[in-house]
Amino acid sequence: MLRFSVLLLAGCLLASNSQANDTLQNRKSAAIMPDADNAGLKLPTGFSALKVAENVGRARHLVVNSQGDVYVKLSGKVGDKGILVLRDLNKDGRTEEVTGFGNYGGTGIAIHNGYLYASSDEEVFRYKLNVNGAVETPYQPEKIITGLINRRQHESKSITLDKNGNIYVNIGAYSNSCQVKDRQPGSLGMNPCPILDSAGGIWQFKSDVLNQTYGNGVRFATGLRNVVGLDWNNQTNSLYVTQHGRDQLNSLFPQFYDTTTNANLPAETMYEMKQGDNAGWPYVYYDPFQNKKMLAPEYGGDGKTEGSAVYKNPAMAFPAHMAPNALLFYTGSMFPEKYKNGAFIAFHGSWNRSPLPQEGYYVAFVPFENGKPTGKWEIFANGFAGVDVITSTRAAQHRPCGLAQGPDGSLYVSDDNKGTIYRILYNGK
Amino acid sequence: MRIVKQFAGLGSFCWGMFFLLCSNAGMAQTASLKSSIERGKTVYVQRCMVCHQQDGGGVPHLNPPLDGASAVKGKDKSKLISILLKGMSDRVEIDGEYYSNNMASHADLSDQQIADVLNYIRNNWSNKVPTPVTPAEVKSVRAKTK
Ligand code: HEC
Repeated sequence: MLRFSVLLLAGCLLASNSQANDTLQNRKSAAIMPDADNAGLKLPTGFSALKVAENVGRARHLVVNSQGDVYVKLSGKVGDKGILVLRDLNKDGRTEEVTGFGNYGGTGIAIHNGYLYASSDEEVFRYKLNVNGAVETPYQPEKIITGLINRRQHESKSITLDKNGNIYVNIGAYSNSCQVKDRQPGSLGMNPCPILDSAGGIWQFKSDVLNQTYGNGVRFATGLRNVVGLDWNNQTNSLYVTQHGRDQLNSLFPQFYDTTTNANLPAETMYEMKQGDNAGWPYVYYDPFQNKKMLAPEYGGDGKTEGSAVYKNPAMAFPAHMAPNALLFYTGSMFPEKYKNGAFIAFHGSWNRSPLPQEGYYVAFVPFENGKPTGKWEIFANGFAGVDVITSTRAAQHRPCGLAQGPDGSLYVSDDNKGTIYRILYNGK
Repeated sequence: MRIVKQFAGLGSFCWGMFFLLCSNAGMAQTASLKSSIERGKTVYVQRCMVCHQQDGGGVPHLNPPLDGASAVKGKDKSKLISILLKGMSDRVEIDGEYYSNNMASHADLSDQQIADVLNYIRNNWSNKVPTPVTPAEVKSVRAKTK
């Protein structure tokens, strides 16, 4: 453990040494200097960025406590640590101390009402925080949810909490489109899709009851293939989710789709999900060009036939396959007014568009007005991949995966490829 | 003694014939491997590229790379044939990593197409395996797979 933190510490110090132009004066005044190259990111005017830490492991979601300590959930542990705590001891914005706990890999992490919540791919735990926002008993978590389905595909259990004592957990469908034989060309869809009983939706549990499982929870919303990004919107007091749309239209049904239609269909989607809502997976997918829910080819569709109208319409549609892995409603006051109550989305980046170039690998912003998206979205932070054209996913150096807001209103972004933690600041006037 | 000599003469004749056959077969084989690889590319683009990517690089933690993969470059052709016939969702460690996607069966491809796509992935990117996979080998693994 000691060795581990020393090693990481050395790495981080090296990283911050490259900031040699960080003058003593700046340190004294506790101003956080961005990296000279803004951590390699392209940002709107007035914004800047720094690398908080590098090579921390496969950093999925993250959260920042009241003191500015960063809790990172790793999928795949580093040593026996599945949760890292990054601390900035000299207040230069960069990490000097790395410790950890939580002997499980996973994705979800959140802070709510004095507790840190974190998920493995089957369970959700919580840890009491002390007055300094630190975890008091890292080795005695309370297990609040257990026994959730994990069949490796779409295994992440992302979490968010509301103001009424509930926690929402994504249980991704362990299938692409509920075919009799998953991802087999031409295989038809099971009807009704049996996966939806225990996955392919958002489940609601109590945030303070131990050992809950399916029987104790509520299937809050269904017909969602795989939601990795979700956030409770405190302004609308409702749940928003971002879904990963289905893959492989052309390789499974080449008679109806070619490489171009596959690269552009279906849309990645954001929904406001109320209790009982159904987004229609696997029966329909969303076509952002026709603005219609189309019947999936596994259920008789041919790319032209519309699906049932009973399913929920997305609040917002994005280009296909970009993999929205995190959603965060911005409530801070560091960024300009336009960002307040709007949504940031971390797009992990596509793999399903071959032979066309892959897309995504950036953080987008969706402006909201009066609790509704305005209908336009924009790229907020780009350049994570480090290359302009990505023909193969492995070419991307960094892949945005998690988002968190710091107590000062700065925005943190995690990368689960190389394990870089970014922090984005606004210093324009 | 005479008998031995006669045998020796016959022996060298035989060896000569053998070399002749071998080099002819060798050339024929290179040509046929080349065209098998070309046909294999078409199968790869339609069936495999979506997951294993254009450069055989795969998708981190989701679909394994075929470029440089020890199983792809290895001697066990039956194993590769059987992965294509049965699909793969074993979640076994592949060159030190685990992958979470499901690969479906591609048994609807013909023996020739399976041999072709395997020859393509074994002889593309950084992979160079001159020993070809033949349709007869696919046929025999298919017979045992049922
Ligand atoms: C839906 C995505 C997908 C498609 C399409 C696909 N594969 Fe795979 N392939 C995978 C995954 C995922 C694995 C590993 C599965 C596991 O670990 O259980 C794999 C494993 C393999 C392996 C074993 C690799 C090793 O190093 O052990 C080979 C060989 C292979 N695939 C070849 C192919 C070929 C050839 C095609 C086209 C005919 C193809 N795959 C189509 C996803 C796919």
